[in-house]
Amino acid sequence: MQLSELPRGTRATVVKVSDLANPDPIAARLRDLGFVAGEPVSLVAQGPFGADPILIQIGFTRFALRRSEAARVEVEHV
Amino acid sequence: MSEPSLAMPLSVALVGNPNCGKTALFNRLTGSRQKVANYAGVTVERKEGRLRLPSGRKVRMLDLPGAYSLNATSPDEAVTRDVCLGQHPDEAQPDLLLCVADATNLRLHLRFVLELTRLGRPMVLALNMADAARKRGIRIDAQALERELGFPVVETIAVRREGAAALIKALDGHAPSIPTAPAADADLHAAARQLIASAVHMPDPTSPRDAAIDRWVLHPVAGLAILALTMLVVFQAVYAWGEPVKELIEASVGGLGALINATLPEGLLRSLLVDGVIAGVGGVLVFLPQILILFFFILILEESGYLPRAAFLLDRFMVGAGLSGRAFIPLLSSFACAIPGIMAARSIPNPRDRFLTILVAPMMTCSARLPVYALLIGAFIPDRPIGGLFNLQGLVLFALYMAGILGALSVAYIARYFGRHNEEQALMLEIPAWRLPNPLDVLIGLKERGMIFLRRAGTLILALSVLLWVLSTFPTPPADWTRPAIEYSFAGHIGRALAVVFEPIGFNWQICVALIPGLAAREVAVAGLASVYAISAPEGQAEELLSTALANQWTLATALSLLAWYVFAPQCLATLSVVRRETNSWRATAFWAALLTGLAYLASLIVYRLALILS
Repeated sequence: MQLSELPRGTRATVVKVSDLANPDPIAARLRDLGFVAGEPVSLVAQGPFGADPILIQIGFTRFALRRSEAARVEVEHV
Repeated sequence: MSEPSLAMPLSVALVGNPNCGKTALFNRLTGSRQKVANYAGVTVERKEGRLRLPSGRKVRMLDLPGAYSLNATSPDEAVTRDVCLGQHPDEAQPDLLLCVADATNLRLHLRFVLELTRLGRPMVLALNMADAARKRGIRIDAQALERELGFPVVETIAVRREGAAALIKALDGHAPSIPTAPAADADLHAAARQLIASAVHMPDPTSPRDAAIDRWVLHPVAGLAILALTMLVVFQAVYAWGEPVKELIEASVGGLGALINATLPEGLLRSLLVDGVIAGVGGVLVFLPQILILFFFILILEESGYLPRAAFLLDRFMVGAGLSGRAFIPLLSSFACAIPGIMAARSIPNPRDRFLTILVAPMMTCSARLPVYALLIGAFIPDRPIGGLFNLQGLVLFALYMAGILGALSVAYIARYFGRHNEEQALMLEIPAWRLPNPLDVLIGLKERGMIFLRRAGTLILALSVLLWVLSTFPTPPADWTRPAIEYSFAGHIGRALAVVFEPIGFNWQICVALIPGLAAREVAVAGLASVYAISAPEGQAEELLSTALANQWTLATALSLLAWYVFAPQCLATLSVVRRETNSWRATAFWAALLTGLAYLASLIVYRLALILS
């Protein structure tokens, strides 16, 4: 499942971040920010316009990600 | 490597993730002994401060821009990377890296600390916000961390006076310790996790207080309502709170002018002092309170963590207009002054997003336009209460702000259809914990920005006021003069020549005269009008308020047209030079200037003609 499809309040863990281009600076930055295998993630909030961007809690940090960015992150239910 | 001599100042670089409280710690350590400038060639802010350790050793401290990784994605991060690596052309490699990590956000921040250990430079780690961590039940075994990392680890509370005492002790007297870095092929995330497992106990991922606040602030409906209300309160406060202080300063300036008039004999010197210097600079100084109030709110919103939340709420909307949610912060800063706003656009990694933000940032109503707005609103719009809460003057001011915002969004929207934009733009914005803004940090920020305005008022505006006085005084009228003296002067001639161009939008030649210095700095236009009208007024009425003079000599249509002009007005030369530097292209700068001038003329034409038809 992609992180962008994660329902609100569901716990999941990151499987991997996929590169959509070569190189993909957005994917590389996501990995630097902690989106790596095994990290717990959850969706905290959604933006008011078109439910985009989404607010993702990862570890102790929260990031606002556009859905297109979150689509690079593969997650699985805990 | 030889041990640096104790007589040499120790050069320390503060480095850490964004939102780690690094700048607050920097303020605590260096107090007011700070120098703010730019790194050569780029407009990344360079902050240097000085302090003296108890041993007497001097420290030169550099506050590097926040970064998530040495794998830089913005000019800010590139500066941090280059300085840390010792590859920056103008900065020597620091003797010591003082890493700052937020104790409540260690999982993210320790990864960057570990990345820095690979540089093999002496390091000290400050675990900042130790008080917030304790409150949330986070227990950190600093000694265990120190053992694992191989360099001193110190708990700090940047917002408290004594919060940095242990850090100063750690900087003093210790031999610099080179950290033990993880192996070159080791996974830094795994290493950070391991460190946390061995030395940190964290019960909850977020504070329940933050979660409760965010349920409202980030709510799709309530959140937007709170945002709109916040903006409205800010603009009302600028007007309502600024006014009494403004009147006080106005009275003092008027008193000073009267004093000089009473002491000095009539002549050129008195005219220069009263009509050139005091009328010019004094007329601008009175708006300092309003500017400070606006900056005060921006600083509070920034320090508290509200600004990134506003970016989250508005991102999709801004993307719809061809901008990015990150553009919100530069655009909001542009309400104070386009220059810091345009410079804040550096935090937008995508070059196209960045240029578009620079393009439209000056359409946000900057504080320098407030003097013009306040003067014209005061002279032409009745002070009438509307609905008990607001008054007509405040609402007109609000409408002017909205006109700039809508103009900017339209330009950005249209720009979407020109130029290529196949490259994906990133948001990836950290939403930090809520924080109570610290008075000292707000004060330092306020002082920094207030000084910038005053320096401009004190030097550039004074010079231009005197230049304008010369232009409007010389050549002196012939012996048999009948009309106001200014009509014989250089300014009168230039103004009349320009009036042909501006006649269709209702500007008289006095406005055209004031527009000339107004190009150098918008707030000078008020000083210009003050000079033009003070000098051309018959003897004995020179002290008459400028606004009364305007109300008598201009039609409402002219005033509205000038207001519309200033919504889009061609920018001041300082902004122009910043745009040139930020875009690194004269062509882009010329395009930008022509676009704004065209928009201003068009807006004024529409407003003037409509006002004539309706009146």
